[in-house]
Parts: sequence; C-alpha cells; structure tokens
Amino acid sequence: MELDISLAPEILFNFGFLPVTNTLLWSFVLSIFLIVITLAMRFSLKTIPGRWQLLFEVILDEGMKLVESIMKDEKKAKRVFPLVFTMFIFIVFANLIPFIPGQSALSIHTQNGDISPFRAIMSDYGMVFVLTAISIITIQIVAIIAHGPFGYLGKFINLKSPLAFVLGLMDLIGELSKILSLSFRLFGNIFAGEVLGLVMLFLAPFIVPLPFALLGLITAIIQGFVFSLLTLIFISMAGEIEVKEEKKSKACVNFNN
Amino acid sequence: MELEVLKTVAAGIAIGFGAVGSAIGEGMIAAKAMEAIGRNPEASDKITTLMFVSMAITESTGIYALVVALIILFS
Repeated sequence: MELDISLAPEILFNFGFLPVTNTLLWSFVLSIFLIVITLAMRFSLKTIPGRWQLLFEVILDEGMKLVESIMKDEKKAKRVFPLVFTMFIFIVFANLIPFIPGQSALSIHTQNGDISPFRAIMSDYGMVFVLTAISIITIQIVAIIAHGPFGYLGKFINLKSPLAFVLGLMDLIGELSKILSLSFRLFGNIFAGEVLGLVMLFLAPFIVPLPFALLGLITAIIQGFVFSLLTLIFISMAGEIEVKEEKKSKACVNFNN
Repeated sequence: MELEVLKTVAAGIAIGFGAVGSAIGEGMIAAKAMEAIGRNPEASDKITTLMFVSMAITESTGIYALVVALIILFS
C-alpha cells in the first residue's frame, strides 16, 4: 500500500531562486483567469443586461445584501465588500478547480520522482496562511482606527484590577487563536477532502468515491463562504465602539471556536 | 515499540477522540434545524443555509484533530 500524500506542495521548477510549486502556479493562473473575466465584464456593460451580465449582477446584489445585513451600515458595507467578496470568489474557484476531471492522470517526470502538476490550491498551508494574514491584518487595522491606538492597546493591557488584567490577556489569546482557527478550518477541510478522495479511490475505484466527491463539492463552496463570512463578522465586531460590551463578548464566544 | 507503530497508534487516538465532540455538536445542530423546519416549513431555505454554515464552524474542532493526525502520519 503506497499512497502518495505530502503536506508540502510539490516543486515543479525553480524560477531563479524561487521554487515554483504546483499550487503557486495554479493560484497565479486562477488570478489571471478571474482578472480577465472581470475586465471583460467591465468593458461590455450595457444598460439592458444580457444573460451573463444578469448572472453577475444577481450574484453581486445578493452578496451586497448579505454584507449590508451584517455591517448594518451602507457606507461601511461598501468599503468592506470588495475584500470579502474577492476572498469568497477566489476561494470558491480555487476549491472547484480540482473537480475538473482528468487531473490525477497526468504526472511530470523530474529528478525528485514523478509528481502531479495539479493540486488543490487551498491544500497548501502557505496559501491559506497568506489569506488569513490579509484578513487578520485588516481586522487589526479596523480595530485600531475604531478605538484609536491607545484604546486598542488598553483593551489588552488593563491594570485597573487583577480581573481586568486577566481578561485582557484572554482577549490577546483570543486574537492570536483567530489566526489558527481561520486558517486550519479551510486548510484542514480541503486537505482532508483530498486525502479522503485518494484513500477511497485506492480502496474501491468505482462508484464508491462518488458520494465523497459530492460531499467535497458542498464543502468546497461552504468553506469559501464560511471563511469570508467569518472575516466579515470579525471586521464588523472590530469596528464596533464598545457601548454594548456584554452583547459583543457574547458574539465573540459564539464565533470564536 | 517502534516509532512507526507509535505514530500510527497516536494518529488513530487523535482522530478517534477528536471526532466525538464535533459529531455530537453537528447532530444537535441538525436535530434543532429539523425541529425548526417542522415548526415553520416556510423558513426552511434560511434555516438550511444557516445550518450548513454553523455545521462547518462546529466541524472545525474535528478538522483540527484530523490535521494533527495527518501531520503525525505523514511528516
């Protein structure tokens, strides 16, 4: 029994000093694909929408409605919408690419042995970590702008009473654990889906892996949705001025697992 | 015992115990969602979406255990 599973992505070739892995290559291809589609859509906008323009308008409209219902403020919603929606589109497309058939049949011969040129983009922890870093940095910047630099620091280092000091430390740990929980959720789901598919193909090549592929399809879309939704909720929580302290800490417990 | 044997046993224990909590949680979410749909069938669209999202969030502890198990096994 020899299953070819590795946590790190495979290196295809070296570009100068930069090793180009299969996930890096495909994330660039996907980015270019999305940018081309966006530009093509942008320069063919019409007053009376065609079929494709209507589809895009419906998707954007529904997304904007959801963002507005969570931010509760149209101006703020318009500011945060591009980031969150781009994350959603990118993650969903990245998760759907592995379902195009015929990918595992191809392999490239290199000095490190045979490697597959295709791999799910989000099953590379580096890629997921960069996305998480973008969302976490945005959250912290929003928090600093909303509370001011001293108010922001005062949330974590509070010397009024011993209890407040311990609670401040817990807040700090909560902020740090956001990085792990956001990134591990996406990475774990996609990587586990890949491994599950591989093991099922190994055990029974026909029919049996199909339900798991369907589950993987659902996971692919839901995880993209959950990642961007959590980013949105964290941003809206960070932007709140602390009037409803009690309500906010409750929401923290609910979404900070 | 050899290191390989220990690794296999550790990965098994990690995912075995890690799956319990999230399985119970997801079962509770599904049960409550079914109850809610039974009580108010018109709201089933909204409830189903919310159910999937909260399930994906609940699932994450199980996924952490799976990631730990996979790291133990393959690295």
